Amino acid sequence: MAVEPAIEVTQIALTLKEQLPILQIVVPFVAAPLIVFFGSRSLTWPITFAASAISLWISVALLLQVADGGFISYQIGGWAPPLGIEYRVDAANAYLLVLISAISTVILPYARKSVASEVARRHHTLFYACYLLCFTGLMGVVITGDAFNIFVFVEISSLSTYALIAAGAGRDKRALTAAYDYLIMGTIGATFFVIGIGFLYMATGTLNLADIAERIAEHGGNRTIHAAFAFIIVGMGLKAAIYPMHLWLPAAYTYAPSAVSAFLAATATKAAIYVILRFVFSVFQPDFAFQSLALEFILMPLAVLAMFAASFIAVFQSDLKRMLAYSSVAQIGYMVLGITLLTQTGVTATIVHLFNHGITKAALFMGAGALALRAGSSFYDRIQGMGRTMPLTSAAIVIAGLSLIGVPGTAGFISKFVLVEAALDKGWWLVALLVVFSSLLAVVYVWRVFETLYLNAPAAGTIRQEAPLSMLIPLWIMALATIYFGFDTQLTLGAARTAAEGLLAGTTGMLK
Amino acid sequence: MEITTAIILSMLVPFGATFTNLIFHDRENLRDGLTLGAAIVTFGLVLTILAKNGSATSETLTLFEVFPGVDIAFNVEPLGLLFAVVASGLWILTHIYAIGYMRGNKEKHHARFFACFSFAIASVMGIAFSANMLTLFLFYEFLTISTYPLVAHKGTPEAIRGARTYMSVLMGTSIALLLVAVIWTYSLTGTLDFAKGGILEGRVAGVMVPLLLGFYAFGIGKAALMPFHRWLPAAMVAPTPVSALLHAVAVVKAGVFTMMKVGIYVFGIDFLAETRASEWLMWLAAFSIIAASLVAMTKDNLKARLAYSTVSQLSYITLGVALATSLGVLGGGLHIAMHAMGKITLFMCAGSIYVATHKTNISQMTGLGRVMPITFGAFMIGALSIIGLPPMGGSWSKWLLIMGAADTGQWIMIVVLMVSSLLNIAYLLPVVARGFFLSDPENGGPVREAPLLCWLPPALTAAGTVALFFYAGTIQQFLMPLVAAN
Repeated sequence: MAVEPAIEVTQIALTLKEQLPILQIVVPFVAAPLIVFFGSRSLTWPITFAASAISLWISVALLLQVADGGFISYQIGGWAPPLGIEYRVDAANAYLLVLISAISTVILPYARKSVASEVARRHHTLFYACYLLCFTGLMGVVITGDAFNIFVFVEISSLSTYALIAAGAGRDKRALTAAYDYLIMGTIGATFFVIGIGFLYMATGTLNLADIAERIAEHGGNRTIHAAFAFIIVGMGLKAAIYPMHLWLPAAYTYAPSAVSAFLAATATKAAIYVILRFVFSVFQPDFAFQSLALEFILMPLAVLAMFAASFIAVFQSDLKRMLAYSSVAQIGYMVLGITLLTQTGVTATIVHLFNHGITKAALFMGAGALALRAGSSFYDRIQGMGRTMPLTSAAIVIAGLSLIGVPGTAGFISKFVLVEAALDKGWWLVALLVVFSSLLAVVYVWRVFETLYLNAPAAGTIRQEAPLSMLIPLWIMALATIYFGFDTQLTLGAARTAAEGLLAGTTGMLK
Repeated sequence: MEITTAIILSMLVPFGATFTNLIFHDRENLRDGLTLGAAIVTFGLVLTILAKNGSATSETLTLFEVFPGVDIAFNVEPLGLLFAVVASGLWILTHIYAIGYMRGNKEKHHARFFACFSFAIASVMGIAFSANMLTLFLFYEFLTISTYPLVAHKGTPEAIRGARTYMSVLMGTSIALLLVAVIWTYSLTGTLDFAKGGILEGRVAGVMVPLLLGFYAFGIGKAALMPFHRWLPAAMVAPTPVSALLHAVAVVKAGVFTMMKVGIYVFGIDFLAETRASEWLMWLAAFSIIAASLVAMTKDNLKARLAYSTVSQLSYITLGVALATSLGVLGGGLHIAMHAMGKITLFMCAGSIYVATHKTNISQMTGLGRVMPITFGAFMIGALSIIGLPPMGGSWSKWLLIMGAADTGQWIMIVVLMVSSLLNIAYLLPVVARGFFLSDPENGGPVREAPLLCWLPPALTAAGTVALFFYAGTIQQFLMPLVAAN
């Protein structure tokens, strides 16, 4: 299937509309050093928010251009690929760009109070600078069409993430070891990834993803390419916290400042999953990845294991944030499972779950942060009975919790429905049943939170006051979004379907 | 008013009552008055639909397309309308009763209680008017979630345990089985609409038909088919108005209603009859009827006994569908109304006894009939209706079910229904007999009824069971389109 580019790009882009792909990255990237340069605490937050909001606007504009299935190819500096770096926007990554920038724009107003209470004042400028770098990195990973460029952006986002997690040390010193763990694991992941890219470059002589894809399709695979594939999947699997490479995640999400946990949980692993999708379907072609390498028989059991093992561990946690982190590992299992189905419905399920789980988890972590603001921590014995003292925060947590279970009328239901449908369509009976059975574990761990919040007396020594409005409003925007996207699926499911179609059609080739 | 507007309003009005309860949580007369108003308006809306639409199937109102070919959509058809009339009508009486019970009993957290109650009614309206399986499933889950706080209401360890059982059985079955059945149906047919004659014919064959039916039948946990009936006795820790409306009318009837919808509109009665896919369900329902009655006999706690009686009676309706014949379907449909009226009477009487004397066990109620003659009188009438004796409404639905069994030559089922009636006598009438004919010095004294708001509603519903005896024919006529040839 030949896909036409959405915009005919001449050698050098001239209008603002044509410059949108690079502005998507440049705006937050430049804003980060600006914050440090001004060094003024009063300017820090407004600049961060403005950069994030502009990014959101750009990403929506990009999504609108590619929503019908075309793509935009942007050549940096007018240097044509494969020599120059190409940014390529299609439905799959435009969707992710919107997700990441929208989550960031909603979380930032929340972050203001939350960060003020959890991070020392003198660190604020650097904190927000790191935040913007992390944001830039994630956006870059998603937008670029160049393999080495992906690595560069992965490193940008990872390095800043280590710093962001360590910023939680003001509240709990264990944030430092969590950041250190992630530093080691993340570096191993990035190294594996870059080794894989190196092998690919060795075998094909190019770094442009579309170009690599064309050459693999022409010349077929060889051992180097197989090895490259393995390195890339393992490397990105580490970043995506695919079970059993998830060990860095629970501690990192638990001890990071609440706003950071919310942002990372909703976006960071999602970007990594996207890279895996892109490599498996656009670069290597599914036939190669699955038939010759039998990837489904490696990834599918791991996905199922994640769904059960991580959910099971989540049941026994006594800290809300830690429970949510383990639940994330389980949910990533659903996304990986969708990939291994190798059908359009399966990939649609993965992509729509990226979005739906993103907003759900963001809402839950924001709720946890709001509770922690008043209770001092998110341990169950501290937050118990908060349903009475913080009714609005708790109600939002209930809504998002129901979405995490996948109750109809919430976003989580939509992705679960599509995933089960995909498994049934393929005739994978057992897998469909395993998905629903594992979501019963979600009922257990979510209900434990509800009981803690509502059926206990508040703990002594907690502040009995509702969270400030600046936290409540973003929290409720997210919570209501989980309901809205449970009914109106035009945007989410529609875009996911277009994206899956595009991915399964294989590569669109180089622009000659 | 357009029918579609009335449908939407009949859900929005109780939904709005949820919020008036929360907003005016400390002004109890205003709060309870507004909810009563909402109940009356809701009933009025349902009657408007009834008057306008009769027993036709109305046009479908579509709100969102959630998946290709599957919408959030509503319409009116006879069975749903009957369910809506029963639930919204009894809501008015139960609300009055609940005000008396909650105040008389000095229960706490009234606002939260009535808010969840109203939300549950809104969900029931959604179930009654849903035009496809997805919409029904949506409101089915809303109903589970909104009734959970009602079961856990007292906050005692016992209530929390009961609520946990309630939650885990209902949510567990619906997620693990019903959802799979729904998606499987969608995967087979590409639609989930309720259509006359079913949507599955020609799409699924062989052993897969009873298997799919099994996913539905066990997935609809609210129908309390054994072995997934444990939630119903567990829910009896809730305050009695909850047991009365929700666990004798709304929640359990939502279960069997869904069962009937699946039988009539998803599988199609003819398809079930042809493939004999529902035969196993018939036997299981028969087992549930007898086994639950036997368990009921062993219970000394009055509410527990009534709960097991409900488990048994619900299986009548499941049996009606499983017979896969017109008379069975009509009998099942009729039994939704008849059992609702009878059982709500029994539960409200049990609550009145509790409010007046704080007694929960049958063995403590010796001689109480002379102290509370109206309550025990109403209990007796309700019990006779459940047993199925004329001139109470319950006799007609049982009659139709027996005719249905005879129609298909299932003689054993006739025996089951007969034995069940005998068992009903054995576990319901001793309560009345003990109250009126035995005496206990502890329960002596002059007539001392529960507060007016507690004894009046059951007296009215008891009268209702008698009225239903005479209007059964009308209801049966009303349900005829369900079984009319295509």
